[in-house]
Amino acid sequence: MNNSKPNKFWGFALKEFRHIFRDKRTLLIIFGMPIAELLIFGYVVTNEIKDANIAILDKSGDYLSQKLTSKLASSGYFIPTTYLYSENEIEPVLRSGKAKMVVVYEPNFAEKFFREKNAAIQIITDASEPNTASLLANYAGSIINSFASENGANELRSSPIDIRVRMLYNSELKSVFMFVPGTMALILMLLTAMMTAISIAREKELGTMEVLLVSPLKPSHIVLGKVLPYVGLAFINALVILFLGYTVFDLPMRGSLALLLLVSFVFIILALSLGIFISTVSKTQQVAMFFSMIGLMLPTMLLSGFIFPIENMPLVLQWLSALMPPRWFISAIKTIMIKGEGIAYVWKEMLIMIGMIVFFLTLSIKKFKVRLS
Amino acid sequence: MNPIIVNKLAKSYEKVNALKGISFEVEDGELFGLIGPDGAGKTTLIRILASLLLPDTGKASLVGNDVVKDFHEIRKIVGYMPSRFSLYTDLTVQENLEFFAGVFGSTIEENYYLIKDIYHMLEPFKGRLAGKLSGGMKQKLALSCALIHKPKILLLDEPTTGVDAVSRKEFWAMLGKLKAEGITILVSTPYMDEASLCDRIALIDKGEILSVNTPKGIIALFPQKLYGISTPNSFSLLNHLRTLPICKDAFLFGQEIHVTTSNSNITCESLHDLLSNSGFTNSTVTLIEPTVEDCFMQLMGNNR
Repeated sequence: MNNSKPNKFWGFALKEFRHIFRDKRTLLIIFGMPIAELLIFGYVVTNEIKDANIAILDKSGDYLSQKLTSKLASSGYFIPTTYLYSENEIEPVLRSGKAKMVVVYEPNFAEKFFREKNAAIQIITDASEPNTASLLANYAGSIINSFASENGANELRSSPIDIRVRMLYNSELKSVFMFVPGTMALILMLLTAMMTAISIAREKELGTMEVLLVSPLKPSHIVLGKVLPYVGLAFINALVILFLGYTVFDLPMRGSLALLLLVSFVFIILALSLGIFISTVSKTQQVAMFFSMIGLMLPTMLLSGFIFPIENMPLVLQWLSALMPPRWFISAIKTIMIKGEGIAYVWKEMLIMIGMIVFFLTLSIKKFKVRLS
Repeated sequence: MNPIIVNKLAKSYEKVNALKGISFEVEDGELFGLIGPDGAGKTTLIRILASLLLPDTGKASLVGNDVVKDFHEIRKIVGYMPSRFSLYTDLTVQENLEFFAGVFGSTIEENYYLIKDIYHMLEPFKGRLAGKLSGGMKQKLALSCALIHKPKILLLDEPTTGVDAVSRKEFWAMLGKLKAEGITILVSTPYMDEASLCDRIALIDKGEILSVNTPKGIIALFPQKLYGISTPNSFSLLNHLRTLPICKDAFLFGQEIHVTTSNSNITCESLHDLLSNSGFTNSTVTLIEPTVEDCFMQLMGNNR
C-alpha cells in the first residue's frame, strides 16, 4: 500500500493539470492575466514625472539663465513649452494646464549669481495635484542645486540651513519599485487562492467530490493533489513577473535572488492555504469566486501598502493591514530587491507568513468535511 | 454475518423525515433492489451506507464496518455510483478510468476482468471526453470507475435514470455478471419493471420500507384478484370504476386499467356485465397476474 501512495498523489496532480490545460479560459487567466496586469500597472497607473510641460519667465535672459533652462530641459523630466514675458501670464498658463510649473528668473541673474552670490529663482507649481506639484518642485530644486554647485557656487549660502534631500533606494522616485512587488502580490494571491478555491468548489458543485470522498483518499491527499499544480504555475508566474519587472521596467535586483524566490514561495503557499480555507467554507464556484474577489483582491489593493502607504492610514486601518498577508510579502520583497538586504531583515515577515500558513491550514483541515453537508 | 445490515436507521432533514427507522439486511452476493418513487428516501439511505451522511439514530454496517465509526474502512471496500453523473467531463474515458484506478491505488490492468465487458463497449470512445458521451455510455463509464478497485459492495443510486431502454437492459445484464463475481450489489431504481431483475427487493416509500421479499414473493403476497380492463375510453371508465362501491383500487397502467375489488364473488363476467350496463359496452375484462408495481400501489395505499 505504501509504494502506491505517490501514485495516488501524482495521479491526482496529473488530473488537475489536465483540467487546467484543457480549459482555455483558465489557461488565459493563469498566463495572460499576470502579464496584462503588470503592463497595465506599469504604464497606466504610474505616478512618476516624465516630460512635464513647464513655462519659463526669464526676466534676465543672460547666458546663465539660458544654460539653466536647457539643463532643466535636458533632465528628461521637464519640457519648456511656453516662454512668458510678464508676470501676468503666469496664472493663465497654469490655469489652462499648458504648464504644470513656471520657473521665474530675476533680472540680471548671472550678475547677481557671481557678484552678490545670491540669485533668486521662483518656482510656481500647480498644486491642484499636490503630489505632482511637490515632486516637480523637488526635481527642479535638485537640478538647480546641482547646477549651482557645478558653476562654482560651493561657498554660496542662500539660506543658513542647507537641506539636502536624498531619496534613498529609489532616488528617482520610480513607481515601478512600488507596483512590481504589489502586482506580484496581487497576482499570486488572486491566481493561486482563487483558482484553488474555485477548483475545489467545482468538484463539490459537479458531484465529483462525492465520489472522491467515498474513496480511500484522505482529505490531505485531495487538498495537496489539488494544490500542487498551482504551486508550480504560481511559481512560474512569479518568475515571469520578476523577469518582466527586470527587463521592461528596469527593476533593480540588489539582494539575493534565492532569498527572493524563497519569500515568493512562502507567499505562494500562504495564498494557497487561504484558497483552501475559502473552498472549505464555500459550496459553489460562485461563492468561492465572491469570497476570493472581495476577501482577497480589495484588501490586497487597498490595505497592503500596494497603493496607499500604510504609514498614512488611520491607526485602525494600520492594525487591519497587519492582518493582510500581502503586506508582509510586499514589505519583504521590497527589502530584498530594492534595499538589497539579506535574511536578517526579512525574518520577521517570513515568520508572520509561516504563522499565517499554519493558521489557515489547521483551520481548513478542521473544517474539511469528510462527509456531505 | 450479512454484508449489509441496516438497523432502525432514521434521518431527517430540516423539514422532511427522509428515513423513519428502517431495517433490512442484504445477503452475501445478492443483487438487492431498492424500489420506490422519487423522494422515498433511497438516495439518503445509499448515502448513509456510503458513509457520506450521518444517520440521526440507528445503525448500519457494511461487512461488519459501522458506517459512522469505520468510514475509512468502508471507503476502501465500497464502490459507489451517485445518481448524478459524477465523473470529470473534461477528461477522456481512458483518463477517468486511470484516475479512479489511481485513487484506489490500483491500475486498470489489475481488475480488468471485472470491467472487461463494459469497457469493451467503451473502447471505441476511449479518447472521447466523458462529457461528450451519450447517457447510456456515461453510466457504463461511471460503473466501470466504481468497479475499478474490485469493491466488495457496490452501491448504485438510480443508475438507469435517464437512460434509454436498450442501455438499461445492457446495464442490468452487467449487474448480473458482477453478481456472479461475488460482488454484493445494492441498487436503487424508480422503475418497477427493473424489480424482477433483482434477487430480492425492498419497496420503500416516504422513508418507510413497505415490504422486503423476492419479486415473486412480493407478487404472491398480493391479497386480491386483479382484473385488467381494456377499453377505448379508459379515462371515463377509470372515473366510473372509482365511484363503484365494489371497486377497491383502480389504476391506469398504460392502456389497461388494473382493478381490485373488495367483493370476492365478483368474476370477470360479472364485472364485464356491470360495466356493459353502465354503457361501457366494448371493454374486455381478464384476470391478470399482478406486477411489482401493482403490489407497490396496493402497499402504498395501505400505508396511507
